[in-house]
Amino acid sequence: MPDNLTREVRLMAENGSPVPRTEPAPPGVPQQAVFDVSGVAVYYGDFRAVRDVSLDVRQHEITAFIGPSGCGKSTMLRCFNRMNDLIDTARVEGDISYHGVDLYDPAVNPVEVRRRIGMVFQKPNPFPKSIYDNVAYGPKVAGAKGNLDDVVEEALQGAALWDEVKDRLKESGMSLSGGQQQRLCIARAIATDPEVLLMDEPCSALDPIATGRIEDLMVEIKERYTIIIVTHNMQQAARVSDRTAFFTTEVNEESDRRTGLLVEYADTDKIFTTPDDERTENYVTGRFG
Amino acid sequence: MTSLASNPTSYSLEDFHGSRSRMRKERIVRAVLFTAASTSIVISVAIVASLIGEAWTFVSQVELAALWTDGWFPRRGMYDVKTLVSGSLIVTVIAMAVAGPLGLGAAVYLSEYAPATVRKVVKPALEILAGIPSVVLGFFALTFLSPVIVQRLNDEATQFNIAAAGIGVGILTIPLVASISEDAMRSVPMALREASYGLGARKITTTIRVVIPAAVSGLVAAFIVAVSRAIGETMVVFIAAGATGGSLFSTDIFRPGQTMTAAMASQAAGTDQVRGAGLTFQSLFFVGMLLFLVTLVLNVLASRFVRRVRQAY
Repeated sequence: MPDNLTREVRLMAENGSPVPRTEPAPPGVPQQAVFDVSGVAVYYGDFRAVRDVSLDVRQHEITAFIGPSGCGKSTMLRCFNRMNDLIDTARVEGDISYHGVDLYDPAVNPVEVRRRIGMVFQKPNPFPKSIYDNVAYGPKVAGAKGNLDDVVEEALQGAALWDEVKDRLKESGMSLSGGQQQRLCIARAIATDPEVLLMDEPCSALDPIATGRIEDLMVEIKERYTIIIVTHNMQQAARVSDRTAFFTTEVNEESDRRTGLLVEYADTDKIFTTPDDERTENYVTGRFG
Repeated sequence: MTSLASNPTSYSLEDFHGSRSRMRKERIVRAVLFTAASTSIVISVAIVASLIGEAWTFVSQVELAALWTDGWFPRRGMYDVKTLVSGSLIVTVIAMAVAGPLGLGAAVYLSEYAPATVRKVVKPALEILAGIPSVVLGFFALTFLSPVIVQRLNDEATQFNIAAAGIGVGILTIPLVASISEDAMRSVPMALREASYGLGARKITTTIRVVIPAAVSGLVAAFIVAVSRAIGETMVVFIAAGATGGSLFSTDIFRPGQTMTAAMASQAAGTDQVRGAGLTFQSLFFVGMLLFLVTLVLNVLASRFVRRVRQAY
């Protein structure tokens, strides 16, 4: 796709990209790690929300974070695009590197991070703007000038929404159904041509049919993107993901507050059939959580 | 009373009457509360009625030529309405030029930028500004704004001038603009900001392209309420703008001037009788009627916009 390539090169030049994009590794060659996480803990003030997370996220795979409520999986997800920076009291300890670049180095501008690491939220949150303007927002704030029709069409097609909305691009994004709104949010996220998509329980507000469409979409687009998804739904993790991280909570004896921690991280098949840790087995077989 | 105990299959109507004295109390409570709620309406109607009577006397008896003369000198039978209306308009424009940017800037800062600790200090400080009596602000306008700011901008400005009065009214309305605008912006869901930040937008971009458009009806409402307040403000203009008994028509902001409110106050001040020939007394009701209509229209507009902001997302 030469058109795509030129657009990528153009966006890279405009953003002053510090990280070159890489093509998927050929079969047989180990997938390259996009994120390397080691010994991460996240605090809100004095409260430690999650501790001891070490894992690597591989390119062009879907990595699922599962676990009971309060286990820190969403908190962890928000570390990858510095979204926790929006909370005054949040603090991240440990190392998170993105293609070898320390994401929490003081020289790193979170705005640049978020342009290459897109996010889809739990509740569909389209802007109260037209469908077209929703999708064009990301490229515009990144400095894209001129006609964005092609970018908008490509992103909407990438999110499998184009056929449903092509005749009403000027209508408000809020006029769509819940499932359509979430696909609009996915289109909006991929319009900036990110390398990674973070999805925070993207289907929890949707009915089973809309959920199925989003899951199909994720599997379709993983050739182009690296996806990390937080989900409460174990079947969803089993259906779509390549690798799964299981988090759980432990109660701090002194403060009686819950801290999340990573229990086990492995291929999805292994997590759901022959997990190493008893806690994982109890969770995936439904005996706990 | 039949027993509530064992047999639920046969009831008579009387079982459901309940206590009569309790029902009477309910009715009394409802009547008292209704009176409280309706008093304000009755008062509003009474005010309008009292205005209409005298205003009508004025309109029906005044010579039309007297409404378009060189100035507002009711004691001499010169009722030039445009002097007062333009005076009010100029004061309001100056006030909004001061309160609009400062109030909106304060609101954006408090809602989007200020850390919780700063907001805890700045917000009450703004509310203190809102609590300053307007007569105090009037003296501030006359003794500080006029010599220190206005006369420095234009050394031919008189001590009493419209500009100082306008700035004073503007200061008075800053807290109003800031507080309503901040409420409107804070009610924009956090999810919209997160969506914007998640796409790599900066804070200022998020504020200008997402938060302000989503809050725009609330911001317009803030502006309209402030305009309505500025038009109705009396004391600051009365003290700082200078023209007491009357005023020549003038659009020079560095000279004394007269607004609708100050015209009414200056005629009625210090005496139980409004002195002056002919229709002086009635003319004040006519001006009051005008003021009432202008602020009524503005308030209706504002509440429309506020209702829209609630529907937006």
